Amino acid sequence: MNSIKIYFISLFLILQCSIISAQQVKKAENGIFLLKNGTIHTVTKGTFVGDVLIKDGIISDISNSITADGNTKIIDCTGKHIYPGLIDSGSRLGLVEIDAVSVTNDFNEHGDFVPHMKALTAVNPNAVAIPVTRVNGVTTVFAKPEGSTFPGTGALIDLFGYNPDQMSCGSERVLMRFPSTGKRGRWDRRSDEDVKKDAEKALKNINEIWESALGYMKIDSAAKADNQKWMKNNPQMDALLPIVKGEQPLFIEVNSKSDIESALEWVADKKMKAVFMGVAEGWRVADKIAKAKIPVIVGPILSVPRRDNDRFDAAYTNPSKMAKAGVKVAIRTDNAENTRNLPFNAGFAAAYGMGTEEALKAVTINPAEIFGVSNKYGSIEKGKVANIIVSTGDPFETKTVIEKLFIRGWNIPLESRQTLLYDEFLERSPGTK
Amino acid sequence: MYKYLIICSLFLPRFVNTQNVLIKNGTVLTVTKGTLQNTDILVVNGKISKIDKNILAPQGSNVIDATGLHIMPGIIDAHSHIALDVVNEATNPVTAEVNVGDALDPLDVSIYRALAGGVTISHAMHGSANAIGGQCETIKHRYGTTNPDDLRMVGAPRTIKFALGENPIRTHGEGSKIMPNTRMGVEQVFRNAFTDAQLYMKDWDDFKKGIKKSSPEYNLRHETMADILKGNILIHCHSYRADEILMLMKVLKDFGVNKICFQHVNEGFKVAPELAAFGASASVFADWWAYKFEVYYSTAYNAAILTRNGVVTSINSDSEELIRHLYHEAAKTQRYGDLTDEEALALITINPAKQLGIDQNVGSIEVGKDADIVLFKGHPLSVYAIPQLTLVDGQVRFDINKDPDDVRVDVNPNEKYTTFFETDRAHHENNGCLRGIAEMLMEESYAKYMRFKYSKNHSH
Repeated sequence: MNSIKIYFISLFLILQCSIISAQQVKKAENGIFLLKNGTIHTVTKGTFVGDVLIKDGIISDISNSITADGNTKIIDCTGKHIYPGLIDSGSRLGLVEIDAVSVTNDFNEHGDFVPHMKALTAVNPNAVAIPVTRVNGVTTVFAKPEGSTFPGTGALIDLFGYNPDQMSCGSERVLMRFPSTGKRGRWDRRSDEDVKKDAEKALKNINEIWESALGYMKIDSAAKADNQKWMKNNPQMDALLPIVKGEQPLFIEVNSKSDIESALEWVADKKMKAVFMGVAEGWRVADKIAKAKIPVIVGPILSVPRRDNDRFDAAYTNPSKMAKAGVKVAIRTDNAENTRNLPFNAGFAAAYGMGTEEALKAVTINPAEIFGVSNKYGSIEKGKVANIIVSTGDPFETKTVIEKLFIRGWNIPLESRQTLLYDEFLERSPGTK
Repeated sequence: MYKYLIICSLFLPRFVNTQNVLIKNGTVLTVTKGTLQNTDILVVNGKISKIDKNILAPQGSNVIDATGLHIMPGIIDAHSHIALDVVNEATNPVTAEVNVGDALDPLDVSIYRALAGGVTISHAMHGSANAIGGQCETIKHRYGTTNPDDLRMVGAPRTIKFALGENPIRTHGEGSKIMPNTRMGVEQVFRNAFTDAQLYMKDWDDFKKGIKKSSPEYNLRHETMADILKGNILIHCHSYRADEILMLMKVLKDFGVNKICFQHVNEGFKVAPELAAFGASASVFADWWAYKFEVYYSTAYNAAILTRNGVVTSINSDSEELIRHLYHEAAKTQRYGDLTDEEALALITINPAKQLGIDQNVGSIEVGKDADIVLFKGHPLSVYAIPQLTLVDGQVRFDINKDPDDVRVDVNPNEKYTTFFETDRAHHENNGCLRGIAEMLMEESYAKYMRFKYSKNHSH
């Protein structure tokens, strides 16, 4: 009898322990949230002190004063600042866990023409770097494959969810690397002549692909018009259909001055829609890019000049110079584990000529427009997705702390493995004894 | 080309400014003696000679108006590879005899770019391919000179690079099929090299005492290791994991060595009490992690945890990119760990000076110290801060208002644009600690190793 009693007590204790440990894992919280009395930086409709109501995953109301009903969780934001979640327009976050461990690298499929490789397939919703990134106010990133001429199709994802469908923002974009006449690095020992030959060959290659894609589109359209079942197995060409049909822009990685000029000609010749990425020397041809009305995704801003003879601040001032010429500019980190430095990349752009307001647009509304989701993302407006951060101040300023973060209306705990290690080791116990 | 060098050198500023400099009316962040408002600094013969309000300018002084600007000591980077032609002598797990001071490159534009970020001194280090790498050189950023010797900081103590973990293992164990292939092997490389040096010292001792008749063969590698044992060389050790950090402290204790600064030391936070007890210092990244397995369990709170546990800590760059904004890297410890302004600034000034053994001369704004000074628009810990003027030994080496379009020292006027580089992945070590090695590994030995491994896997 006694042993049975002990058995049940033990069982009870074990269950208790598991309940306690389960409670220790902080989970995202859903519900109706009212952010009271904060300075709201809407990005598109000015800045004022007021309230924001989050309901059903969207921003359901914004006004000087909103009255809460009984189910609403009120969050006092007096003295705090409310911003839309920051968007990184180019990152490998979720596609790589540890750079040097190749089996954890999922951004670089074999083959030079693999536009059908979908980032959304390989994004790991539980990548350790995702919570690390969120802590700095980044709620959304464009996760992109890279490494070849057509490396795949990138995906705009929210940094919360347990499967890719929960994370997808509904915007996937095909990527291309424009033939480069630059050196790949200091280890690149090709002669200038070889570099030129390689670029010419690569240009011929993309022209042929484009011609094939046009032909493929004609057959495909004709088949569809005839209501025919067209048996085919050409996922590469299928991936390019939205581009050749002019339904979507092609996202083109291009960096040096002469390559940007060639890319501008190429895009005009093909009468296609395009977005330029990287654009390291955009400042040298800013007027031409503006005239072609091609938006750019620039970065990293914290980057050395690409030529020895350039001014030290070439990369810092690049976004500002393009924005002033009238180019729509979005900023990317082009990083993976340190995508968390997006606000600092924007901060340096702001400091070196862009100004805080314009730099904020470059990580909110501009990317939303470039990715075709400005009806849902990029600002604090009624009806938009509730991706919102509450901070102690300017989110670009280094010492500012992000205190609350909402993705699709979920209140996400600002905890990562890095904060947990801090909690455990600041005052380690036992110490040296 | 030579002609242009000579023409340029005519306009080069001299080594130490003999003209007096008076910096007027700035907010002086001394780092060691608090913040002084509306204060002047007088520089005589390249040294700080007076810090006070309303100092009268001696005749012929260069007066710099710092009204509205913040003034801080020149930033010091305890881990860098700029201004070096080569970084790794990766031919043996022990190469204590080599010295990167023999490979200084004063023409490297990275020096100027570092000045534009307020950095006046860097620790030009050997790479991390070998468990015991070469000796390093503490350099002053006297950009404009064509003479490598002008970069040396005279009087700075000798330092040497050690390395633990993946890099020596990959280079030698995997690459060349010799020890070390594991962290166990790394320990024995150290013990063996120190023991050899002890025996070598004894041989010389016996010879000098007349116990042995013939003189031992002179060996520079053993000489260098012996100098470490005698306390004449400071060790700076590339390290990541807690276990290997503890291992090296144990080895050093056994051999009576106590001067060590752990570099990178991403898991230093795990053994902060042990580091503090040993008296070891730590030079860390602000937030780099996950670029390889041994830095996967990192935290950006590392510098804060180490500081709070009493470890003298600095923040370094190991990169031609990061070195340009160490003030920003230091500020990250305020987001990650809430360090005070003074603690954060110490991470890039007086603390690295202590780690390099030069804190008597630099690292703070104090009378008698070298006039290595930076003027900032905005507080240096703000993301909006912009360095305006950088002085080394009282000589202006960077002035944002006179920043030329092309700063190269060896300009060829026929070359309008220099080579364009497609990528800027400055980190991930391949351009820093492992410069020159990644290629070698990939192209030769590593490829062979992979083939070997692959065939082995398929024959089990």
